[in-house]
Amino acid sequence: MTTLTRPDRTRVQTAPPAPRRPVRRLLYLSKFAVNGALALAAAYTLLPLGWLLTAAAKKTGDLLGGRPLTPERWNLTQNLSDLFTADGGVYVHWYLNSLLYAGIGALLCAFVCICAGYAFEVYAFRGKEKLFGLVLLGVLVPSTALALPMYLIASKVGVVNTFWAVFLPSLVNPFGVYLARVFCTGYVPGEVLEAARMDGASELRTFWSIGLPMVMPGFVTIFLFQFTAIWNNFFLPLVMLSDNRLFPVSLGLYTWNTETRAFPEYYPLVVTGSLLAVIPLVIAFVALQRHWKAGLTAGSVK
Amino acid sequence: MTSRATRSQPSRAAVGRRGRVGAPAILLAPFLVLFTACTLIPIGYAAYLSLFTEKRSGLGFGGGRTLFTGLGNYTRALTDHAFLEGFWTTAQYCLLYIPIMIGTSLLLALLLDSTLARARRFFQLALFLPHAVPGIIAALIWMYLYTPGISPVVEVLNSLGTQVDLLGHPLPAVVNIAVWEWTGYNMVIFYAALQAVPREVLEAAVVDGAGPLRTAFSVKIPLIRASISMVGMFTVIGSLQLFTEPMILHGTSPGVVTTWTPNMYAYTAAFERGDYGLAAAASVLLAVVAATLSFVVTRLTRVRSDRRAEATT
Repeated sequence: MTTLTRPDRTRVQTAPPAPRRPVRRLLYLSKFAVNGALALAAAYTLLPLGWLLTAAAKKTGDLLGGRPLTPERWNLTQNLSDLFTADGGVYVHWYLNSLLYAGIGALLCAFVCICAGYAFEVYAFRGKEKLFGLVLLGVLVPSTALALPMYLIASKVGVVNTFWAVFLPSLVNPFGVYLARVFCTGYVPGEVLEAARMDGASELRTFWSIGLPMVMPGFVTIFLFQFTAIWNNFFLPLVMLSDNRLFPVSLGLYTWNTETRAFPEYYPLVVTGSLLAVIPLVIAFVALQRHWKAGLTAGSVK
Repeated sequence: MTSRATRSQPSRAAVGRRGRVGAPAILLAPFLVLFTACTLIPIGYAAYLSLFTEKRSGLGFGGGRTLFTGLGNYTRALTDHAFLEGFWTTAQYCLLYIPIMIGTSLLLALLLDSTLARARRFFQLALFLPHAVPGIIAALIWMYLYTPGISPVVEVLNSLGTQVDLLGHPLPAVVNIAVWEWTGYNMVIFYAALQAVPREVLEAAVVDGAGPLRTAFSVKIPLIRASISMVGMFTVIGSLQLFTEPMILHGTSPGVVTTWTPNMYAYTAAFERGDYGLAAAASVLLAVVAATLSFVVTRLTRVRSDRRAEATT
């Protein structure tokens, strides 16, 4: 290896004395190209959201006519009040349902995942890795392939078209268990747990007052991703629910969108409703940047 | 092995062991119960259902008789032109979507990782943001952006003198929505993996005289193959589940029929025709294809990641 690098190092050393101006220009150009390409990609991701922002403030006619938004055509307040009163204020119901499904669901799911991930990481028991392998296999099963048999089971048990039919399945996330295990490896040192045991703390007590606080960053990460997954879930509610008072926002907007063909006045409702449904997630992701980056990093290690 | 080790230790360890049998069981129980109820039982039930067919009595009202058909539903699905067409659509979708999405996100991650990039935090956030948009809303936004009259995109294209019927080509239309949703997400994964590449390795490459392009292709990409493999696996599973985006386009794009993807086929079979046996067989086939393909993808791209994982932990 050293014999190989030696001649090359001399080449590197001889490179700088070469004509300086073209090099600097090349550097400037490639800096421009790199940042230009990134800016172009950012424009592609952000402009559709910008369109949603302006479209939400347009009247039906301006929206369908594709007229640009001007201050005198500003109609956001009217759209919002239409949104909250349409179909007897059902949008507010959908929004609260989504907050309930996603908020409580993600909270419980993150807790269940951390418990399981902690158990997999901290304890040794027979068949542990086999069981963990089975959980990982669960990641491979397309969730939409589960929705149909789940619907049939739910209708046998009699919970179809209830809150539980959507809520319970959203508590399961095998990938969350995997992430929890990775986070426990990183955040919970074995010596600390050993010290707690020496002090006479029971196993569950050790988990609750030492392990859990230590993996809190992992907890927030799993919560954030599960919150997004439940908030964005469309297939399961579509299959399970028929009472539109139980719908989450995603399914509600879908049904309104199918109305637009017959009733164009639903267009601004769908657009303004979409904007409001995006806002909490955007705020969460902007505020919790460290956490989603940590999640994606942990997921990418293996 | 560990149990033998604890057994040989004196009394305190034995007390610890007694506690340790109960604690993992209690901690694992909630997940395992939910996992069994919402994943294992549904899979088993789908497999069971796929072996039966419902014979409706005369008028189609009232309970029919359930008959065992063996693999009848599977042969029905596999000989149904619409079902195979759905897989063909998905295959075309994968061939178009996966190279574009993974190529773009890898390229953007490499650009962001280069020393020349500025405002890294902003670009990461901006590119990631579509992931915060529910798939159904992403599909709605793009549907509006494809519709002539509403869309500024179509207007710009028209003023440039090009007449493109964006809604007339459902495949690229759906691919674009998926690329928009997932490129930034996967770019962040690749970027995180690139950040973990040891700096000494990169310095060694520079000392060896490798330019930035050579470093990217011969050093950085091989070192993050584990991440590429994982992203590839999740992308394949996600692609096979294609449902939301075409469902939204179904109303406005004439090319998108109700059996456009295998998932839509299963949904239509179950909820429009009430043919649960066929729908279950289609779901099982879908799950089998997903598992097989993700196994193939990880095998093809996996470099000895076990050793690397051990080294990092």
